[in-house]
Formats: sequence, structure tokens, C-alpha cells
Amino acid sequence: MNGDDRLYDRTPGVEHQESRASVESYTVGLGLALLLTIASFVVSQTNLLWPPGVPAGLIVLALAQIGVHLVFFLHIGFGPDSTNNVLALAFGVLVVFLVIAGAVGIMANLNYMMPMPR
Amino acid sequence: MTIATTDRVPIELVRGRGGGGPASTRTVVAYGFWIFIISDIAMFSALFAAYAVLSGRTAGGLTGRELIDLRHVFIETVCLLVSSYTCGLGALSAERGQRERYLVFAAFTFVLGAAFLFVEISDFVGMVRVGAGPWRSAYLSAFFTLVGMHGAHVTGGLLWLAYMVAQVIAKGLRPHVLRRLLCFSLFWHALDIVWVGVFTLVYLKGAR
Repeated sequence: MNGDDRLYDRTPGVEHQESRASVESYTVGLGLALLLTIASFVVSQTNLLWPPGVPAGLIVLALAQIGVHLVFFLHIGFGPDSTNNVLALAFGVLVVFLVIAGAVGIMANLNYMMPMPR
Repeated sequence: MTIATTDRVPIELVRGRGGGGPASTRTVVAYGFWIFIISDIAMFSALFAAYAVLSGRTAGGLTGRELIDLRHVFIETVCLLVSSYTCGLGALSAERGQRERYLVFAAFTFVLGAAFLFVEISDFVGMVRVGAGPWRSAYLSAFFTLVGMHGAHVTGGLLWLAYMVAQVIAKGLRPHVLRRLLCFSLFWHALDIVWVGVFTLVYLKGAR
């Protein structure tokens, strides 16, 4: 065996090796997620952001929150030990992007090309 | 042909990368479940796409702005977030062999998940009462399909959690029970990730 533990595959959902820092990692994750949640509610309900920019702001906040969940709750890292997990996730992100962006784009195009009589 | 020496192993021969024998059962089980979760999220993406396309088609019925009470959504979000936190702490205590602590955290997780479901179902009942059921418009069909599918996952998760608690009580924290607990935590955290998409797209954007 190599002895360098970082070269072993890491299991998704499990923090590597240490167990003492884990409670802290979950707590930091909860704090950040609550902060981002409150931020998205505030952004959507007030005119703090330039109003036409609110949907973009909400998307950014949602992506940040998903990142917080992945890192602090699911413990998906970028070390060599979680290459397989990140690759599977990257493929999932590609599928989600193709399905959502493709459906929305095609339907918007159809609506534009074939206006229905009212 | 070279003979590998033990003092310096090339990276291709390291365990988990094709060399040194198979990965541990725990790694294999969790990786398989991770693949399932990603395919589940791909399924959700189809429902998200349907909602995004149909969200403007209210057919003269009630719109999201009239139906959505954001205070309820905020309560639901906090319930789900904190239940994810207690689920993670419970998984940690189980890993350390602290059975009683695990049971306490599992109870918190269950109660918070049930509170989430209670608020969601009472909202659904309220919407149907004012004539905004899934049959009313394409918008409401997509709404109930997407939000209801997430709610069905939470219901399934609660049943699974009760089953896991029964296993921990009956069998103790054996390795195969710990592996099932790990899969459950992954599932519960993933539901939270899907909810982030639901409350942003369906509720915050729909209520504007």
C-alpha cells in the first residue's frame, strides 16, 4: 500500500479521516445555508437589487446554496480521492443543463414562431 | 515489462484506481447510491423544465402571486435545512458508535421533516379549496407535479428514516446498518438540494 491516504477513493457524504472537525463543518454549512436562504427571500421581496436583475440574483444565490450543500453536507471535494464522485456529478449537471435549457429554449422558439390565436 | 516495487507505487496501481484490489464495500455502496441520486436529480430536471415552460399558462385561473404565502415557504425551508443538519450530526454519532445520540438526532430529523410535510400538505389543501387544484391550469398541473414529487420523496425519506431507526434499535450499529445510514443521509441532503431549486424557481420567482 502507498500510505498516502489521499490517493484512496473517497465516499460521497463522508468527510475524510478527521471526525472532530465534522460537527464544525456541518454547523458552518447550516449557517451559510440559512444566510443564503434569508438573502434570497430578502432579494425577492424588496427592491434592494435593481428589479430586472432580481431573477439573475436569485439564480446566483441558489447556485451558491447548492455549492454550500455539496461541500459542507455531502462533502464533495476536489482532491484526487473524490475524482469519481465529481465526475459523476459533472455528468449529472450536464444532463440537467441540457434538459432544462433545451426545453425552455425550444418552447420559447416555438411560441415565437407559431403564435396561437387568442 | 516492469516489475512494480513496493517503495514507490505508480498512481495507476493505487487502490481505487484499478490497482491494489477492489475498493471497500462502503465506497462501492455509497458510490452506487450517489449515481442513483444523480439520476433522480436528472428526473427532477424534466419536471423543472416542464414547470419553467408552463409557469405562465394560468388559463385565467389564480396565479402564483395570489396563491403563494412566502411565510409558509420560509418555515418549510428552515425545517428542511435544520433537519439536514440534524441528519448529518446523527450520521456522525452513528459513525462514532453513539447509539443514543443517533436516536435523538434521528427523532429531530423526523419531526422537522414531518413539520415540513404538514405545512406543504395544508398549503395544497388550501389551494384546492379555493379551486386551484392541478386540473385548473397547465401552470397548476406543473406546480403540483414538481412540488408534489418533492413532497413524495420527503414522505419516502421519512418512512425510510423510521425503518432505519428500527434497524438501529433491533440490530445495533453494525457495518451494513451504517452503510444504509450513509445512503439515507445522502438521500436526505439531496432532497434539500432539490428544494433549493423548488423554492427559488416555483415560490420566490412565482410570488413576484
